[in-house]
Amino acid sequence: MSIIDKLNKDFESRVRLGIMSVLMVNEWIDFTEMKALLEITDGNLASHSTALEKSNYIEIKKEFVGKKPKTSYRATALGRKAFTDHLNVLEKLFKSK
Amino acid sequence: MQSTFYMDSKHHEDLIHIRSMMERSSRFISLSGLSGVCAGLSALIGGLYILQWFKTNKINYFDLEDRVYGRDVITHLIGVGMIILIVALISAIFFTVRKSQKYKLPIWTTATKQMLIQLAIPLLVGAIFCLALIKYNLMVLVAPTTLLFYGLALVNAEKYTYSDIKYLGVLEIIVGLVSLFYLRYGLVFWIIGFGILHIVYGLVVFKKYK
Repeated sequence: MSIIDKLNKDFESRVRLGIMSVLMVNEWIDFTEMKALLEITDGNLASHSTALEKSNYIEIKKEFVGKKPKTSYRATALGRKAFTDHLNVLEKLFKSK
Repeated sequence: MQSTFYMDSKHHEDLIHIRSMMERSSRFISLSGLSGVCAGLSALIGGLYILQWFKTNKINYFDLEDRVYGRDVITHLIGVGMIILIVALISAIFFTVRKSQKYKLPIWTTATKQMLIQLAIPLLVGAIFCLALIKYNLMVLVAPTTLLFYGLALVNAEKYTYSDIKYLGVLEIIVGLVSLFYLRYGLVFWIIGFGILHIVYGLVVFKKYK
């Protein structure tokens, strides 16, 4: 198995990489802020965050602030580990050059 | 099969993207060097004005270490200090909004809030500490105290903004500590710390991140 095969397929998309990067250095980040940071559309963020939630990499919290619904994201311990592993493989790819 | 070259550049871009997202989301990077220059100028002008004002009112600022001032003098000093603070804050907000619009960066983010909280804690403690000093007529300690707490606030906020800010913080602390041993020159050290250092720092940062 080559080193490239060790890269996590769940993190192939740029949007998912972005979501995980933001959540590695922050606790809870809400939908609006995440959208602005990644410069993506509502639907795009919603589908990729759901996919990450399905892999148990992030946690999604839905609550009401006053009458407005608010969605926030946080990385799970599993997500942090998976993302760190992914980063390590990426780094190794460049070091071995 | 994809070519190695394609994969290479994709992974390289991935790494750049990851780094930039971590940076953008965890640090307040819309602070412009120009606001430092403006804050420095207002402190410089305000400080020099006070020196002149002492002269015309025949207050021999540099003669005594155990200064005791009347109520009107204290009110005037606090008033000028407030004006300097307001000018500095307005310029900070103005240049921040301008820079973030130019680079399309969001302003009111988690990182911004974190930075403001980290700044505010030492500053508030310092402000109350200074009020107590004034109450007990320990005026001579006010200038070093403002420098020290401001420096600590900057070092504290470093994690949430450009990390260069900690160098400014450390320099403010050093100026504050030195001034503790030359109390009668408090105002001069204050002008160096809040005026000159801000201007120099502002210009350096402005050039670096232009």
